[in-house]
Amino acid sequence: MHILVPIKQVPETSNVRMDPETGTMIRSGAEAIVNPLDLYAIEAALRLREQVGGQVVALSMGPPAAAKALKEAIAMGCDDGILLSDRHFAGSDTWATAYALAQAIKHIAATDATPGLIVCGERAIDGDTGQVGPGIASFLDLPVATYVRRISDVSANGLRVERLVEGGTEIQWLPLPAVLTVVKEIAYPRLPTLRGKQRAKRTDLPVWGPADIEAKAEWLGLKGSPTRVVKIAKPQVARQGELIHIKDPADVDRAATRLVEFLRERQFVRTQ
Amino acid sequence: MERESVTWSDIWTLAELKSDNKRMAPARLHAVSFELLTRGRALADARGCRLCSVVLGDRIDTTEVNELIARGADRVYVVRHPSLANFLVQPYAHVLQYLVEHYRPEVLIAAATTTGRTLMPYLSVKVHAGLTADCTGLEIEPETGNLLQTRPAIGGNIMATIKTPTARPQMATVRPKSTPQAERDPTRTGEIVPVDVPEELLQTAARYERFVPDASQQVVIEDAEVIVAGGRGLKKAEHFELIQRLAELLEGSVGASRVAVDRGWQPYPRQIGLSGKTVAPKLYVACGISGAIQHLAGMQTAENVVAINTDPDAQIFQVADLGIVGDLFDLLPAVIKKLEEGA
Repeated sequence: MHILVPIKQVPETSNVRMDPETGTMIRSGAEAIVNPLDLYAIEAALRLREQVGGQVVALSMGPPAAAKALKEAIAMGCDDGILLSDRHFAGSDTWATAYALAQAIKHIAATDATPGLIVCGERAIDGDTGQVGPGIASFLDLPVATYVRRISDVSANGLRVERLVEGGTEIQWLPLPAVLTVVKEIAYPRLPTLRGKQRAKRTDLPVWGPADIEAKAEWLGLKGSPTRVVKIAKPQVARQGELIHIKDPADVDRAATRLVEFLRERQFVRTQ
Repeated sequence: MERESVTWSDIWTLAELKSDNKRMAPARLHAVSFELLTRGRALADARGCRLCSVVLGDRIDTTEVNELIARGADRVYVVRHPSLANFLVQPYAHVLQYLVEHYRPEVLIAAATTTGRTLMPYLSVKVHAGLTADCTGLEIEPETGNLLQTRPAIGGNIMATIKTPTARPQMATVRPKSTPQAERDPTRTGEIVPVDVPEELLQTAARYERFVPDASQQVVIEDAEVIVAGGRGLKKAEHFELIQRLAELLEGSVGASRVAVDRGWQPYPRQIGLSGKTVAPKLYVACGISGAIQHLAGMQTAENVVAINTDPDAQIFQVADLGIVGDLFDLLPAVIKKLEEGA
């Protein structure tokens, strides 16, 4: 099976601290990583390849630095990587991003092999929309199953998925080709191997622009994005709360009393 | 689609039916349908236009449709067909595309449920419209009809306001439980518009097979009014018994940080944070959770936050209304004892 995994390089956000004075976030450092949920998508694809054979190719739309993310995918075990990079792609919202990726996939289908499956991470940790996966499926007129926690009964014609939805699990059967977006439960991502890293180093990644994927310029980048960000504000998240320190055993009872009192004041505990 | 070519009007909300395994029973509307009407009513009143609701399904009860009118819809579009009995992306998106192209709503909002977050992006591509996910704020400019969509991004680090200057309809998904349900007024009247769509729009080779409810009978965590969550500080799976017991006493649900889930102490559906669930309960008790930004993103809008941690510099204390710097293994049993004794 030919499996494609669209991935995104995102800024690492765990170094963010809160400014105690303004109560807003301070982002320090800008280390770029593979979007965490995409690692799970790559893993799911690699396991499918182990099961049914085939190829797993990662693709990414981004600045030239995104090549690092693709190399990491190859180091994990992907057979190849493709970078979509061009100034015309810059400033894309999810609509324009899904369009570009779908065009790339159409190009792959026309010149190489028709993908049987496209696996995405459920969302990217920066944009946080989860819209690109279903958007790609829509451009390709393919069915999509989101929030997939398990894949089973894989054949050349289709597969069964378990979706994590509100209150439980939904089971669907999808014909192939199809698009999936996966959640963490799908499979724990493997680490890159030394051999994989060496292969990644040797790999020359193809870099495609709009002409390579026959994309309409007016549907790309900032110009092609129906949505526009008009304002960015830093939300106030800090609260002026009370703080109790437990320094000795006597304080435990005092703190517990205060906590119960707090709960009672706010009606979380019935007053006796 | 480009707004210039035709006139776009009305605010539309997408009602959602609940997943129900009882095949013979008529489907009931999900509470989000009424939350959306609150948002929609504010927008329609500001714009001076109609508020409509759209329902897709199979066995749709007229009582449910009338409920949408009682809660504020001036008009309800109903598309009834066996192929729409359960949510599958392609038939739902194709039907909505048909409705959008025929009736041209200026705004279309849906709940940011698993359904909404799948259907709306698929539809936005089909109708070439902009979509903003997971909005916490929606306002409309009365003269232009431009929708101002506000949402958190970068793990809740920023609030972004988004506009869709030219494409119509303007589409957005709204966080469930971020809005009160619209109040009912049984004297309200409205129109019901059943719509027949061409058969080919309802085709799909995908199959909905079944829904398996969560094994635990407890409240779905996103709906819980009280959540007691445990993190790294719990140290072992067994210690979650303390969290469980406190949750029981407060009639709440158990939540977990990413660390607790990664270590197998709690299942993934209980994970709260950026790569887990976003919750906005009335009370959130964080035990042994440091408050990394990714966790805060999932719970910082809780009404009341209590935090217990041995580290006085733990970031969780920044968002706590009551913070206790101490050992949860001493504190929680003491608190549990007091609650059990009704002290």
